Amino acid sequence: MSEDPLRIADRTFRSRLILGTGGFANHELLAQACRAAEAELCTVALRRLDPAVRGSILDVLDEVGVQVLPNTAGCYTARDAVTTAQLAREAFETDWIKLEVIGDDRTLLPDAVELVAAAEQLVDEGFVVLPYTTDDPVLARRLEDVGCAAVMPLGSPIGSGMGICNPYNLSIIIERAGVPVILDAGVGTASDAALAMEHGCDAVLCASAISRAHDPVGMARAVSLGVQAGRLARGAGRIPRRRYAQASTPEEGVPAFDVQGISS
Amino acid sequence: MNVTVNGRPREVSAGATVASVVEMLDVAPGARGVAVALDGEVVTRGRWADTELREGCLVEVVAAIQGG
Repeated sequence: MSEDPLRIADRTFRSRLILGTGGFANHELLAQACRAAEAELCTVALRRLDPAVRGSILDVLDEVGVQVLPNTAGCYTARDAVTTAQLAREAFETDWIKLEVIGDDRTLLPDAVELVAAAEQLVDEGFVVLPYTTDDPVLARRLEDVGCAAVMPLGSPIGSGMGICNPYNLSIIIERAGVPVILDAGVGTASDAALAMEHGCDAVLCASAISRAHDPVGMARAVSLGVQAGRLARGAGRIPRRRYAQASTPEEGVPAFDVQGISS
Repeated sequence: MNVTVNGRPREVSAGATVASVVEMLDVAPGARGVAVALDGEVVTRGRWADTELREGCLVEVVAAIQGG
């Protein structure tokens, strides 16, 4: 895959799987999953400092050799998301931010109005903004218009494992986007990741499907291979769907085995 | 002087700075992945030592965790 790099803003990645670090039972499991996924970019979050916690996730990710992508998870307003992004820039020494502005705590769906407002301000402040968005093609375009470096539409709600609920909308986003499209949220297993790539996504972000799998390290490998398979399949080109069969063996030259067959 | 640190009321001496609050939370000097907001404004690490707290101010000290 090294000859087919993913380009986001000024960076290039060999891996098209971004690993979300939420939900892993411990840092060791996270490190193993990171390696199995061959991820180069991992999300991290910010929360109130807990003096009881020993060892930073940053040391773990450093040891594995991955770059960090801070998020603004848990923010419900543009104001909070902007402040969280500024804190993340300070804490992680990166201008990259996965922007999440949530509108509802049961669906965790993005708040479109607050999202665009936050994206615009963060771009103005020099951030490389990767927004978690709905599968609405118009919203994706608005985010691109304000200067986001990528768009990250959901396949289905965060942690739902429902896969890609609206592949038609996702396809429209991909057709029109001038920035990378990264499927974010909804992946339940490797085939969902493969499908996203077959639809033409540039990358997939996956957290829960891996961290909450019975065998997270096994699933990390599976999703990674799914992403690679989907990318290859997209490039190779699927055959059109048709309602009736089309024989793959030539029909000419079929031998006849009865007299009627010869005379006709 | 009464301030709020990560949602909890704390009493600090007059002249306390952001750096003293960070120290109070057992954060090693130079600890990675830590950032501070004072009344909603980010205080960059270089300004921790000379940014004094005010009566009633809100201090948020955040750190990297797994997520996303």
